[in-house]
Amino acid sequence: MTPPRSGPLEAGLETRGLSPTRDVLANGVTILTKQTRTTPAVTLHASLGAGSTSDPSALAGVAHFMSRTVDRGTSRHSADQIAEELDSRGVSLFVSVGRHALSLVSTCLVEDFDIVLLLMADIITSPTFPPEEVDRRRGEIVTLIRQDEDSPAAVATDALMAMLYGDTHPYGRPIRGTVATAEQIDCEVLQRFHREHVSPGALTMAIVGDIEPGRARDAATAALGRWSAPRIDTTAWPPVPTASARRTRTIPMMNKSQTDIAYGFTAISRSDPDFYAYSLMNNILGQYSIGGRLGESIRERQGMAYYVTSSLDANVAAGPLLIRAGVNPSNVERAVQSIDRELASLRGDGPTEQEVAESKQYLIGSLPRALETNAGIASFLQTIERFELGLDYDVRMPGLVQQVTRDEVHAAARRAIDPSKATVVVAGPYDGPLT
Amino acid sequence: MVTLEPELSETSTVREHVLDNGLRVLMQEVHTAPLATVWCWYRVGSKDERPGLTGVSHWVEHMNFKGSTNIPRDKVKGIIEQYGGYWNGYTWIDQTTYTETATRDALDRMLFIEAERMGSSLFDPADCESERTVIISELQGGENDPDQLLEQELTATAFRLHPYRHPTIGWISDLKTMTRDDLYGHYRRYYVPNNATLVIVGDFASDDVLRAVDSHFGRLESRDVGERLLPVEPDQQGERRVTISKEGTTAYLKIGFHGPSVTDDDFFPMLVLDAALTGAKGINLWASFRTPPPQRSTRLYQALVNSGLASAVNGGVVPTQQPFLYTISITATEGVELARLEQASLQAIDRVRTQGVTPEELQKAKNQLRARLVFENDSITNIAHQLGYFETIASWRRYPAIGRQIADVTLDQVASVASRRLTAANRTIGWFEPVSPR
Repeated sequence: MTPPRSGPLEAGLETRGLSPTRDVLANGVTILTKQTRTTPAVTLHASLGAGSTSDPSALAGVAHFMSRTVDRGTSRHSADQIAEELDSRGVSLFVSVGRHALSLVSTCLVEDFDIVLLLMADIITSPTFPPEEVDRRRGEIVTLIRQDEDSPAAVATDALMAMLYGDTHPYGRPIRGTVATAEQIDCEVLQRFHREHVSPGALTMAIVGDIEPGRARDAATAALGRWSAPRIDTTAWPPVPTASARRTRTIPMMNKSQTDIAYGFTAISRSDPDFYAYSLMNNILGQYSIGGRLGESIRERQGMAYYVTSSLDANVAAGPLLIRAGVNPSNVERAVQSIDRELASLRGDGPTEQEVAESKQYLIGSLPRALETNAGIASFLQTIERFELGLDYDVRMPGLVQQVTRDEVHAAARRAIDPSKATVVVAGPYDGPLT
Repeated sequence: MVTLEPELSETSTVREHVLDNGLRVLMQEVHTAPLATVWCWYRVGSKDERPGLTGVSHWVEHMNFKGSTNIPRDKVKGIIEQYGGYWNGYTWIDQTTYTETATRDALDRMLFIEAERMGSSLFDPADCESERTVIISELQGGENDPDQLLEQELTATAFRLHPYRHPTIGWISDLKTMTRDDLYGHYRRYYVPNNATLVIVGDFASDDVLRAVDSHFGRLESRDVGERLLPVEPDQQGERRVTISKEGTTAYLKIGFHGPSVTDDDFFPMLVLDAALTGAKGINLWASFRTPPPQRSTRLYQALVNSGLASAVNGGVVPTQQPFLYTISITATEGVELARLEQASLQAIDRVRTQGVTPEELQKAKNQLRARLVFENDSITNIAHQLGYFETIASWRRYPAIGRQIADVTLDQVASVASRRLTAANRTIGWFEPVSPR
């Protein structure tokens, strides 16, 4: 049961670490590359600064709508041609959208790299959003929204985000929008959104796999170097609200079997100097092993839930610290009280030295696993770029985690998780009281 | 060698060793990252359960994370996490398995954990009781999802006799009545070295690891697991249907056909057929089924999603020890009647049943499957999963040959499998029909 004698990073990543390359083309496109030799494959991960926070305030869901239509036709290829090019090579293109970025990720065999890169470049720079494709995908999007409306977990989380961030901050809006906004988004809206939010300076392309960096860079330059589009002004958001009192909401969904609890706070941005203290606090609270202190209490000791966990989304703006659990309706009050109690205890007494040491070891030691696959490395490189963490971040990260003290973790708990200021939403077959 | 590229795979560097107590050990050295993974597989799953004890394998899996003779209950937490590691387990119809992936210096710890799990888990009565409600919560979480609920009902309708009809999590009535002795009896019967396969992949020297395996596992005694009663499902004589009408927002359609086992000659043609219908998923249950396949040019995507009738379609041929189901799952677009969706789906399926696939579709399916085989072996965890998974349902030696078997599939074989298996008499149709709240 003793901890390992040498840290895993001394053992593995040595001092040079990943050492990716970074180049900014004359037009502003950023290219990140890393050669690996695990499989004869390459992952291309493009990130565009066009997430849901870029949605017009009256029209939530445009960025999401774009993620479902951007690869459905370009000035050079029809939707069917794109599908055929990708399918015939066994390649899937995953397009997803978050608060701040639209991502296009594709893994292909090395032999298909050039053609897949050119196709991705075409999709990023010249989508046409053909009206018949837009109409077809609208039906899919409405169905997705309706599926969310039937999911207690999604309903509870969306309602919590709306309460935490209010009407003014874009984090409060649902990424997928609503049925009403989906009905209003058409080809013109999407073309305008693309014009206003997609430009070379907003694109980072990560290329990771069995391909020499110089060759990857040359190919990316050839595919994206001649693209020009007007520079985009960055948007300023209103300040993130902080709750001054406890707020609760119950959303009865009596047709369901299990009740979902979403419990949270607005927390910090990624650039906050307390980020590592918060990360350790969150790991101790609701992640370490099976759900940290929360899992130990609610799942292991009381047998109330299959899942209970906390997550910290330290983002460009102050994202939330969310606690989520699924419980039998008869246990809702007891589970919420248990969450309250665990938060109060971590705020009151702070973590133990052992907890801090264990969570540090976990956060540091899990890095080699996160960097094992091409997709994992590509995603890591995008994080480094978005938050300006530096190309040697994988080498520096262990030191940044190590230097956090128990007192700093305790201070983060005092600042972040006051149950008297928590926002709590319960959705499911429950219509009882909630305090 | 790391990758299992089809052309190279039959010369794979897997080392096999069987201990005196019958424990089969498979090792593969992969030196690309300072990591190691261990998977310990047991030939027991929900197919080995009788009515009254459904869900016992899965519940036993949960109890195997709650301490052993030499790992006190309060020392379980963090035992792998302190190496930055990940550990988990899963139970399905043919298998129960446990895994750890962490830095290579944790390898001895991983072997220690698995030996403890095999020989001396505690099954503390209070822990068994507390876990009952955790598992019921897991079941109820699944019931919140109409798609999962329909999958369970469809499977139970398609099988009349074979225990594949039981959900792996068990039926709620059994979960309420099962006892600690039921759990412990199941554990003692099946958790023996001669019923297990230990797979180790990563950055190590095999000779050293084999010595460590012997010191951890060599003391465990083999024992006969007894007779397994596995009835043969009689041929289905006509179409079966199940309709769930419940409050909800979205309609779902499932069409399940009795499919081939992994050792059936139909298996690889079926894999190609599914690729033509819904896109190639690959064959790694752990890694490949979590992300959508390349599928936009496939028959069912074109007929259902591109026509606006469905918002999603998926199919899956999963390797199993005995014949399981090939199920096509479809989500209706808002406002589309299930009857209309069913008609369009059956039309597209009937076309492939009567005409087979085209040479272009065959080639595309093979390209897709070849690429997916590379993609799904991108980590030591996934490589080890495949070796253990195949050893548990048939033999790991089948796995390296898969690339060639896919390449050898002919148009006639695909046409034959489609005409025999995609028939009305071989199918079960499931509807989830949402009704508005009263």
